[in-house]
Amino acid sequence: MTLQEVQELLEAQVLCGNDECLARSVRVCFACDLISEMLLYLKPHSLLITSLTNAHVIHAAQVMDAKAVLFVGGRRPDESVVRSGELNKIPLLTTMLLTFDCCGRLYEKGIRGDKQ
Amino acid sequence: MVDSLAYTPQITLEFEIGEKDFFVAGECASRVKKTLQQLGLKQDVIKRIAIIIYEAAMNVAIHATSGRLVVHVEPDAITIRTEDVGAGIEDIDLAMKEGYSTASYEIREMGFGAGMGLSNIKQCSDDLNIESRVGVGTTLNARVFFSDERRHEGA
Repeated sequence: MTLQEVQELLEAQVLCGNDECLARSVRVCFACDLISEMLLYLKPHSLLITSLTNAHVIHAAQVMDAKAVLFVGGRRPDESVVRSGELNKIPLLTTMLLTFDCCGRLYEKGIRGDKQ
Repeated sequence: MVDSLAYTPQITLEFEIGEKDFFVAGECASRVKKTLQQLGLKQDVIKRIAIIIYEAAMNVAIHATSGRLVVHVEPDAITIRTEDVGAGIEDIDLAMKEGYSTASYEIREMGFGAGMGLSNIKQCSDDLNIESRVGVGTTLNARVFFSDERRHEGA
């Protein structure tokens, strides 16, 4: 499913990322609030779901080649973090939904986790 | 993608890490990753190196009063070294244990301090050496080989 479809499914708002970025497709998703765990398990081209909004999330997503980041619970990163997402071409989205509901809705649509 | 570099690049990247300079760790990892991608190294090797740098630099920012990170590119391997002045590690075996952490609430709130740093570094390194003196500081040396054969010889 495309990021655009993820946005609609999860009633999310796009913080950065143009139409071209939102047309990217996502098949794998990873949800976590620990940076070390992201560094350990985040697979390339995954959608990262997190409630952390600091600059580490963007660095971890960039280092691990994540496709996009979704912030849950209505959380919004600072403007500098959004700029960093833009600079690294990582689309950022935010939703009022919490992690469980995001994962549940995505799972229903066939999105899976990918832990080795 | 290459297992060894055809030429010997004399690349040494150095970064200063100040006390509580938390966000420099991700920047170091990010910048080294971009440099290594230009050299044409394999993605999984680059990723292991970036993870070691991220965690090692973060440890310096969290636990030391000052320190630096030095990344040296050799034809068939990379060495990552952090040297810091600070509290040091009392019991290295205990610190290596996954889940053991002395990090503060502030660090945990940031998404770190789960006691996974050193075990992540160990998992990504082919060779790892840590020396520490309590009240003086810590030196960490990690090595990552580019080819799988060298990796198994070195481990």
